[in-house]
Amino acid sequence: MTISIDPQKTNNESLQPKGWLRYFSFSLDHKVIGIQYLVCGFLFYLIGGTLASAIRIELASPMSDFMPRDVYNQVLTLHGTIMIFLWIVPVVNGAFGNYLIPFYVGARDMAFPRLNAVAFWLIPPSGLMLVASYFVEGAAQAGWTAYPPLSITTPQSGQIIWILSVLLLGGSSIFGGINFIATIIKLRRPGLKLMQLPMYCWAMLGTSLLVVLSTPVLAGTLILLSFDIIANTGFFNPVLGGNVVVYQHLFWFYSHPAVYIMVLPAFGLVSEILPVHARKPLFGYTTMVFSIMGIVVLGLVVWAHHMFTSGTPPWMRLFFTIATAFIAVPTGIKFFNWVATLWGGKISINSAILFSCGFIINFVFGGITGVALAQVPFDIHVHDTYFVVAHFHYIVYGGTVFIIFSSIYHWFPKVTGKMLNEKLGILHFIITFIGFNLCFAPQHWLGLNGMPRRVAEYDPQFQFVNQISSLGALLMAISTIPFLINVFLSLRNGKDAGDNPWNALTPEWLTSSPPPVENWEGEAPLVEEPYGYGKEISEQK
Amino acid sequence: MTTLDSSKEIQKNNSEVNETHEDFRMFGLITFLIADGMTFAGFFAAYLTYKAVNPLPDGAIYELELPIPTLNTILLLVSSVTFHKAGKALLKDKNSDSQKWLFITAFLGIIFLICQLFEYFHLPFGLTDNLFASTFYALTGFHGLHVTLGTLMILIIAWQSRINGGRLTSQNMFPLEAVELYWHFVDGIWVILFIILYLL
Repeated sequence: MTISIDPQKTNNESLQPKGWLRYFSFSLDHKVIGIQYLVCGFLFYLIGGTLASAIRIELASPMSDFMPRDVYNQVLTLHGTIMIFLWIVPVVNGAFGNYLIPFYVGARDMAFPRLNAVAFWLIPPSGLMLVASYFVEGAAQAGWTAYPPLSITTPQSGQIIWILSVLLLGGSSIFGGINFIATIIKLRRPGLKLMQLPMYCWAMLGTSLLVVLSTPVLAGTLILLSFDIIANTGFFNPVLGGNVVVYQHLFWFYSHPAVYIMVLPAFGLVSEILPVHARKPLFGYTTMVFSIMGIVVLGLVVWAHHMFTSGTPPWMRLFFTIATAFIAVPTGIKFFNWVATLWGGKISINSAILFSCGFIINFVFGGITGVALAQVPFDIHVHDTYFVVAHFHYIVYGGTVFIIFSSIYHWFPKVTGKMLNEKLGILHFIITFIGFNLCFAPQHWLGLNGMPRRVAEYDPQFQFVNQISSLGALLMAISTIPFLINVFLSLRNGKDAGDNPWNALTPEWLTSSPPPVENWEGEAPLVEEPYGYGKEISEQK
Repeated sequence: MTTLDSSKEIQKNNSEVNETHEDFRMFGLITFLIADGMTFAGFFAAYLTYKAVNPLPDGAIYELELPIPTLNTILLLVSSVTFHKAGKALLKDKNSDSQKWLFITAFLGIIFLICQLFEYFHLPFGLTDNLFASTFYALTGFHGLHVTLGTLMILIIAWQSRINGGRLTSQNMFPLEAVELYWHFVDGIWVILFIILYLL
C-alpha cells in the first residue's frame, strides 16, 4: 500500500509562522524540531550547570555552609536528572538525530513528523515541572537513581513530580526512538544500501533499539515506585515485605543502556566529523557497524555491574563482570578506528576536530576506569565514592558533551549559513578541556581515598583536592562565555559559510546552507561513498 | 517524499508533491508494541523475582479462584477471532457485517472488564495487603487499562466503518488493521499473564 500526498490538504502554509517564530510553533519540519531540541537542551544545560556550580561551591569547604544539607540533596538530584534527561539524551539523540538522519537517508522528513513534534513538545513542560518542583515541599532528594527506600521516605511531592517528569521524558524518548528506527529502515532513498549509510545512522539505529527495549522498563518501574509513594503499596518497601534490589535491577536495566543511549550517538557523530577534517575515509566501516551492534547487544546484559554491593550472588557478579569486560572489545575497536582515521590524515586544526580529539582522550580515560569498575574487588572498594563520579563524568561530559560542542562547530555553518569564529572556538576548547580535567581528574584520587559521593560535608583532609576540583568547575562555567559570545556574534555578522565550507561528502552538505524546507530543491542525491576522501588522488596513482 | 509539513512551502508544479512511499505506519506500531511489551516484561520479571525470593507473611492468601479468569481468557480469545472476522468482512466491502463483528468484539471486551471488576470486588485481599496482592493488582490493572483503551478504539473504528460517511473502507483498512494488531497483542499478553499469575 502506498500513500500519496494531497496537495490541497497540505497547502495551508499561510497559517504557519515564518522566520524565528517557527521555533516556537508545533512545526513538523525535522530541521526546526532538531534546533528546538538543541536550544531547549542547551537552556537546561545552563540550569544544570548552575546547579553543578552550586555543588562545587558547597564542596569547596568541608562543612555544609553554602546551603542546607537537604537543599544540597535536591540540587544534586536535579543536576543529575536535568543533565541526563533534558540535556544529553534529547540533544545527542533528538537534536542531531532529527536534523541529520533525514539527510543521511535521503528523505525529506522523518517517518512520523507529527509524532516527532509531539516528542519534542513533551520536553519543555516536563523540564519546567521538574525545575519548579523546588518550590513545592522541596524537589526530589533521592538522586537521579531514586533508589528506594530513600525515595519513599523523603518528602513525597517532589519525588512524585520527579517521577511524572521522567515518565514524560521517557515517553518522548520512546516516540523519538520509534521514529528513528522507522526512518532509517523504511525511509531510505531507493538505491541507498544499509552499508552505505553514514555511521551516525547506524549509531542512531542502535541507540533507538536500546531506547525502545529498555525505556519502557524504567517507565513500569517508576509507576510501581509511585504506587509505593502514593498508595502505600510495598513493592520496594522492605517494611511492607518488598524488595529494594528488584528496583535496582529494573532501574539499571534501563539506566545502564541509558549510558549507551547517551554515548553511542556521540560515537556516530565523531565518526562523521573526523573523516571530514582529516580528509581520509573512515577507517574500518564494517567493523564500526558490528561494534555498534555488539555494544547494543552487550549493553542490555551488563546492568548488574552497578549493583555489586547490593548482595548480588557470586554467579551474578562473575557473569556481569565478564560481560562488562567484553564491552571493552567493540569500544576499543572503535577507538582504534578513529585513531587510524586520523593517522596520516591531512588534519586541519579547528574547533570541531579539537573537541573531537578531546573526546578521544577523555573517553579513553573514562573507558579504562569503566573496565576497572567492572572488576568486583575494585568496585567494592570504590563503590559510591568520588571515583564513580569521576568515571561517569569522563564518559558523559568528557565524552558526549565534548562531541556535542564539536558537532555544533561542525554543523553550525550548515544550519545557519554562517561560520563560527575559530579563535573564540579554540579558546572555548582550551578552557573547557583544562577546566574539565582539573575538575574531574582529582576526583579519582578522592574516591580511591574514600570520599563518599552525594554528601555535603566531608573529612577536612580532602579539602585541598576538592578546591582544585572546584577551580576546574569554575573554569568550566567560564568556558560557556566565549561559546555564547561566539554563537551570538557569528549569527549576527559571521563569515558566510557557503554550501560546503568543509568540502565534506555526506549528503547534508550537498544542499544549500541553510537547507530549504524540503531539504533538496530537486531529487535527493544518492551518496554511495559518504567517506570517499582522497579517492581521486589514489586513483591517479 | 512523504508527509509534507503544512508549514512547508509547496512550489507549484513541483513533482515531489506527487511522490509516494511505502506505508510504514504498521512498522511504527509494531515497534511501539515491542516497547509496550517490554513494560509488561519488566512487570513479569519483577513478579517472578518476588515469587522466588520474597516469602509472603504467614496467612497471606495465595490461591486464586480460576473460573473467572478462565472465562476471561476464553472471552479474549474469542474476541480475537471476531475481530479477524470484522477485517475479513471489510475487505469484501461488507461494511455492515464488519460493523456487527466489531460491536461483538467491543462487547466481549466490556464483558471482560466487568468480569475483571467482579473478580476485584470478590477477592479476599486489597491493594496494600501484601506484596503478592500489590503485584496482582498492578499487573491485571495495567492490562485492564490496555483492554479499556482497546475497547474504546474498537468502538471508534466501529463508528467509522458505518456505511454512509464512514472513513473505514476496503481501501482504507489501516485503522482497523492497527487496532486489530493491538488487540491481538493485548490478548497475547493476557495469555502470558494468565499462565504466570494464575497457573504457576
